[in-house]
Amino acid sequence: MTDRVLPDRAAANGAQPQPAASNGDAADQPPLLQTDRLTRHFRIGGGLRRQTLHAVDEVSLSIGRREIVALAGESGSGKSTVARLLARVYNPTAGEIYFQGKPLSRLRSRTDLLSYRSDVPMVFQDPFSSINPVFRVSHGILRSLKLHRPELSRAERQQQAERIFETVGLIPPADVLQRFPHELSGGQRQRVGFAQALAMRPKLILADEPVSMLDVSIRIGLLNLMASLRDEEGVSILYITHDIASARYVADRLIIMYAGQVAESGPVEDVLASPRHPYTQLLLSAVPDPRAELTIGGQTDRGEPPKVVDPSPGCRFRWRCPLAIEQCHQVTPELVQLAPDHDAACHVAASGAEVKAF
Amino acid sequence: MSLARPNRSALPGQLTPPVVTGNVLDVESLTVDYLTQRGRVRAVEDVSFSVDRGEFLGIVGESGCGKSTLLFAIAQLLTPPAEITGGRVLFKGTNLVGLTDSALATTRWRDMSVVMQSAMNALNPVKTIGSQFKDAMRAHGVRSPAEIADRSAEVLRMVGIDPLHLRSYPHQLSGGMRQRSMIAMAMLFTPELVIMDEPTSALDVVAQRSLMVQIKELQRQLGFAIIFVTHDMSLVSHFSDRLMVMYAGQVAELGPTRRVFDSPLHPYSAGLLEAFPSIRGPRVPLTGIPGSPPDLAQEAEGCRFAPRCPQVLDRCRTTTVPLYQVGGIQVRCLRREDGGDSRD
Repeated sequence: MTDRVLPDRAAANGAQPQPAASNGDAADQPPLLQTDRLTRHFRIGGGLRRQTLHAVDEVSLSIGRREIVALAGESGSGKSTVARLLARVYNPTAGEIYFQGKPLSRLRSRTDLLSYRSDVPMVFQDPFSSINPVFRVSHGILRSLKLHRPELSRAERQQQAERIFETVGLIPPADVLQRFPHELSGGQRQRVGFAQALAMRPKLILADEPVSMLDVSIRIGLLNLMASLRDEEGVSILYITHDIASARYVADRLIIMYAGQVAESGPVEDVLASPRHPYTQLLLSAVPDPRAELTIGGQTDRGEPPKVVDPSPGCRFRWRCPLAIEQCHQVTPELVQLAPDHDAACHVAASGAEVKAF
Repeated sequence: MSLARPNRSALPGQLTPPVVTGNVLDVESLTVDYLTQRGRVRAVEDVSFSVDRGEFLGIVGESGCGKSTLLFAIAQLLTPPAEITGGRVLFKGTNLVGLTDSALATTRWRDMSVVMQSAMNALNPVKTIGSQFKDAMRAHGVRSPAEIADRSAEVLRMVGIDPLHLRSYPHQLSGGMRQRSMIAMAMLFTPELVIMDEPTSALDVVAQRSLMVQIKELQRQLGFAIIFVTHDMSLVSHFSDRLMVMYAGQVAELGPTRRVFDSPLHPYSAGLLEAFPSIRGPRVPLTGIPGSPPDLAQEAEGCRFAPRCPQVLDRCRTTTVPLYQVGGIQVRCLRREDGGDSRD
């Protein structure tokens, strides 16, 4: 895994997308996928108690080719909503998604949508409820092959399915294809999820917490699978997780979300080695590490991420942040580049001061 | 009926309370079978260990290794088809196995409480937190409303929740708060043993960390013993005094946490330790533990870990491996047979 280094990262044209992606397929290729101030609000309550929940607010991110981008944050930070927006399960309230330079809002026809969905499939968190229990596992993959690659004959579909199962480590493929989901372990089921996604020859897989339901001992196998899909199949992956250590293990870039906004983004080693946002520092301090010395005491945070209902301007982390200054209560911080390709949305960090919150 | 237990709450701020006498819990050769259509499945086999007063014992292993079954067997919560088919569970000297529910009722929750994996399922969704606390206290004969209100507010404050939330329903609390109120409920009578089954697995890292620190802090103040089951070895690394690694229903390794972490004697413990990436140090490729735990319905000869073991010997596949004592650590591995350090 040491060979997966910089060339991949260079493919990402920085984390700050250019809103004017209208140059389409220019000579300098646009990133594989890019979002521009992507926003999704939900209306909650009714009548006089109507409120707006800001699940995702103005998220701009980009995913390059052959790149694993980890999107990390606490539950409720909006990371799954981002995945669903990218998968077109939800439509954005505002903002735009560009796939290979083309805005998704222009996709109108069923064929266009179908082709986008086969380019950008999703792998779900729970391998126990995301596969239909009454069909053999071959059902899902053969169906998606039939739907998305109608040129294949029945025998070719079977052959393809076996090849894909072998790629994701389900061996012997012909045998595993004939089994029912309940005959497989959690790790194997999650591999079936990746196989179904791969069947469509995707460019980008949206993996929403694909390993969090699995045992620690099996997780690493799936993380290795994700890395090999990138290195050998050339697929990009958006890896959504709350486990920073696994993000570090597999990802090229890391995006930290807090309360619906991007708090920090950059190459994974840079972000972990010198986190600029206080929230990133809090997350890192919470990761259990048996190899490190025990440090209880000092700052232990007891706060919880806010539900962002009709927010007033200001940094959303200010209530938990020991460094909050007056400005944080007034002005919502924007993502600012603080080092090459390394951005953070923090007034204190942007002012050039050293941030050491947790 | 006084709830205060001055002998324990008066402990000064030291991490491990002084040993009074005897163990809180002695588990002796405990064996649990599931009677299934395919025959007997031995989920827990001949497990023996003890828990000292105020001790924090971590139990780790993969899903299906029998750790939850073991907890349920200790708490006498097993329901058919699971059945204790051998051994004893001595809680403060009394064997709990075979006691009737009414005989267990006085011990349960008063002296020994259980915190389950998913607080959402463990709490009653149509009752407020406060009324669930009240139920537990009334079941143990506390009738005075003032006493109930005082104690309920007190335990909620102990876990860092505003007593205001006694009037809240479970759905109005966040996942972390729900799990903390479960722990508050377990503290109602200041038990001597709290059994926790992956209480943090539904939480994210920040909430998980703050809950672990809180549990440890409560233990320091109140001096109860904890059995903490998890599949995430790194989680208990800083909190447990001793660590028990289970594999396929058996004890694979049992010893002081720090020593198991620093130099695991069983290849399975070593594999578990290698299975999760670190956020510090160099990025190294990891392999995890290939394969999956054995099917317990099939009687197998030899060491149960042999098919997945990177250091397997020919003898491992045929010899039934007992637990060896190696310098204060119990380990079930033929490579430790001579008691020496034959790692390579």
